[in-house]
Amino acid sequence: MSDIVSLETRNLECIRDDRVLFSQLNFSVKPHQALILEGDNGCGKTSLLRILCGIRLPDQGQVMWNGLSIQESISEYYQDMVYVGHLDGVKGDLSVAENLRMCTALGSRSGMSIEDALNKVSLSGYEDVRAQVLSAGQRRRVALASLLLKRCSLWILDEPFTALDRTSRGVFENIMSRHLNQGGMIILTSHHSINLTDSSVYVINLSA
Amino acid sequence: MNIVMKWIHLLGSPPYFYRFSGKLLPWLTVICVGLLVWGLYGGLVQAPADYQQSDAFRIIYVHVPAAWMSLFIYVSMAIAGAIGIIWHVKMAEIVCITSAPIGAMFTFLALVTGSLWGKPMWGTWWVWDARLTSELILLFLYFGVIALYRAIEDKRMAARAVAILALVGLVNIPIIHYSVEWWNTLHQGPTVTKFDKPSMATSMLIPLLVMAIAFKVYYFIALLLRMRTELLQRERNSKWVKELVGLS
Amino acid sequence: MNDSLYLAFWSLLRRDLLITYRNRAQAINPLLFFVLVVILFPFGVGPDVVLLKTMAPGIIWVAALLAALLSLDSIFRSDFDDGFLEQLVLSPHALSVLVLAKVIAHWLVSGFPLVLVAPLLAVFLGMPADAIAVLVLTLLLGTPVLSLIGAIGVALTVGLRQGGIILALLVFPLYIPVLIFASNAVQMAMAGFAVSAQLSMLAALLLLALALAPLPAAAALRMSLS
Repeated sequence: MSDIVSLETRNLECIRDDRVLFSQLNFSVKPHQALILEGDNGCGKTSLLRILCGIRLPDQGQVMWNGLSIQESISEYYQDMVYVGHLDGVKGDLSVAENLRMCTALGSRSGMSIEDALNKVSLSGYEDVRAQVLSAGQRRRVALASLLLKRCSLWILDEPFTALDRTSRGVFENIMSRHLNQGGMIILTSHHSINLTDSSVYVINLSA
Repeated sequence: MNIVMKWIHLLGSPPYFYRFSGKLLPWLTVICVGLLVWGLYGGLVQAPADYQQSDAFRIIYVHVPAAWMSLFIYVSMAIAGAIGIIWHVKMAEIVCITSAPIGAMFTFLALVTGSLWGKPMWGTWWVWDARLTSELILLFLYFGVIALYRAIEDKRMAARAVAILALVGLVNIPIIHYSVEWWNTLHQGPTVTKFDKPSMATSMLIPLLVMAIAFKVYYFIALLLRMRTELLQRERNSKWVKELVGLS
Repeated sequence: MNDSLYLAFWSLLRRDLLITYRNRAQAINPLLFFVLVVILFPFGVGPDVVLLKTMAPGIIWVAALLAALLSLDSIFRSDFDDGFLEQLVLSPHALSVLVLAKVIAHWLVSGFPLVLVAPLLAVFLGMPADAIAVLVLTLLLGTPVLSLIGAIGVALTVGLRQGGIILALLVFPLYIPVLIFASNAVQMAMAGFAVSAQLSMLAALLLLALALAPLPAAAALRMSLS
C-alpha cells in the first residue's frame, strides 16, 4: 500500500460479448506521468477508460487510487478525477458559460475564471453563445475548458483531439504539458501522435 | 462452521455447482412426485367434501399453495438480487433472474385456479377480490422483471437492473397489498375471506401443507434446471463447459 | 448538507428548469395530452352528466398517470444522449441527491402544471367545487410520487432503444396505490365524507418516495451507464 498519489490497476480483466478484451492488465500512473492507450478499434480502449472511471465494473481485478480501491474511496477519487468521453456533455440549449458553470458546480473548482479558461482554448467572447450553434470542434474545446476549471490531478480523456484542428491540437498539447508539469496525471486514448514536452509518456498497446 | 462456509464457497463455483445439482436433481424429483401424490390423494380423495361448497373447494389444494409460492418466489428473487448486487455473487444473480419466470408461472396458476373457483362461488369468472387483484398486480411485477431482463443485452447489466427492480418491488408489495385490500373493503364491503377459515379440519389441512411443500420442492427443481441452463449459456467459452460437452 | 452539495443541488435544479424554459414549446405537450385524454372520455362513454361526474376522479387520475408516463423519459433522456449523465455520475457528490434535484425540476415542469389545469377539467366533468379542492390536493401530493417512482423506471430503461413500452410495464403497477388513495379521496369528498385518511396515506407515500426512491434511481443510473 503506497500512500503517494497514484492510479494503479491490479489484474484488470474486461470481457465483452464473450470476448476477453484484456486480462491481467497491470500498470500505474504517478504525478508528472501521461499514459497513452493505443490499439485497434474495438480492442477495449474506451472500456478500459470507463473501468478506470468506475463507470464500468471490471470482470476481474481492481483499480486503486492512492492505494485504495476506487470502490471504497469513490467520493475522494471523483474529487481528484475528471473524465471527458466521446460525448462532450455540452447542452445545446445552454450558453457556453452556463454549461461550464454547471460543470464546476458538480466538482471541485480550480478557481480559474470562465473567461480565462475560454481564453486558453481560444474561445474568448463565446461566453453567452448558445452551445447548439457551435461546431463540433468548438464544443470539444468547451469540454476541454472544463478541465481547467476543475481542481483535479487526474485527467482521463477519450480521444480528446477528435474534431480539433491542428492549431487547437497544439494549444491543447500545451495545456496538457502544463498540467503534467504541475504534478498532474493524464490517461488518454488518441489516434493522433502527441507531443508532450518534458514529461514521461508511457504507451500501452491493448491490441498487442 | 468452517466446513459449511467452505461448501457454500464451493457451490459458488460453476463447475462444482453443475455437478452437485446434477446429483441432487433425481432425488428431488422423487421427493416432489411423492409429495404431490400424497398431497393430491389426501386433498382430492381422503378429505371430506365441504358442507357449503361440496367438492368445488378442493381447488384450494392447488390455488393456495400457488398463491403462497408466488409471493415466496418474489421475496427470494429480491433477496438473491440484493446479495448479488452487494457482494457481487454471480450465483445469486442467476438465482434472481431464473426465479422470475417460475414465479410468474405460479402467479398465473393462482389466478387461473382462483377464477375457476370463482365461477361456482360467485357465479362469475372474475371478481375484483382483494387477493385476486393483488395476484394480478404481482403478475405484472413479474412481467416487468422478465421484460427488463430480456431487453438489456449485456446480461451482467441486466442482472443488476433486475435486482434493483425486484428490490423496489419488494418494498412496494406490502403497500400495494394494503392499498388494494383497503380499496376492496371500501368499495364492496368486507368480502368473505374464503381462504383462511378460522378452523379447518386436520384432514383438510395436512394435504394442503403437503402440497405447499411439494410446490416448494418443485420450485427448487425448476430453479436448479434453469440455473444449469443459464450457467452453460453464460460460461459457454470456459474450459469446464467445453470439457462437459466434449469439445476439448 | 455541506455547501458544495447545496450548490450542486441548486445549480442542477436551476439548469434543468432553464433548459425546459428554453424548450417550452415541447414541455407543454404532456399537459395537452392530459387535457386531451380527459376530453376523450365523454366521446367514449357518452355525454351523460351523472355518469361523467361519477367517473370524473378516476378519469382525471388515470389521465394524470398517462401524462406522467409520457413525460418521464425527459428526466434523463437528453442528458444520457449528450453525455452529461456521465459527468453527473462522476461527481463527488451523492448521486441520489443530484437525482432528487432532477426529479424535483421534472415535477415542477410536468407534474405541477397538471395540478393547475385539473380544476378546469373537473368543471368539464361536472365535479362540485369542494371536491375540486380535494382533487387539487391529491394531485399536489400524488404527482410528485409519480415522478419519484418514475425516475427509477427511467433510470433502468434510459439505455434501451425500446425503453418506452417497458417503462409503462415497470411503473404502472407501482402507481396503483397512489391511484387508489387519490381517486378514492375525491370520490369520498364528492359523497360528502371525510378524506383525511386518504390524504394522510398520500402524504405518507410521498414522504416514503422522497426518502427512498432516489437511492435505487441512482443505482439504476450507474447500471445504465456501464
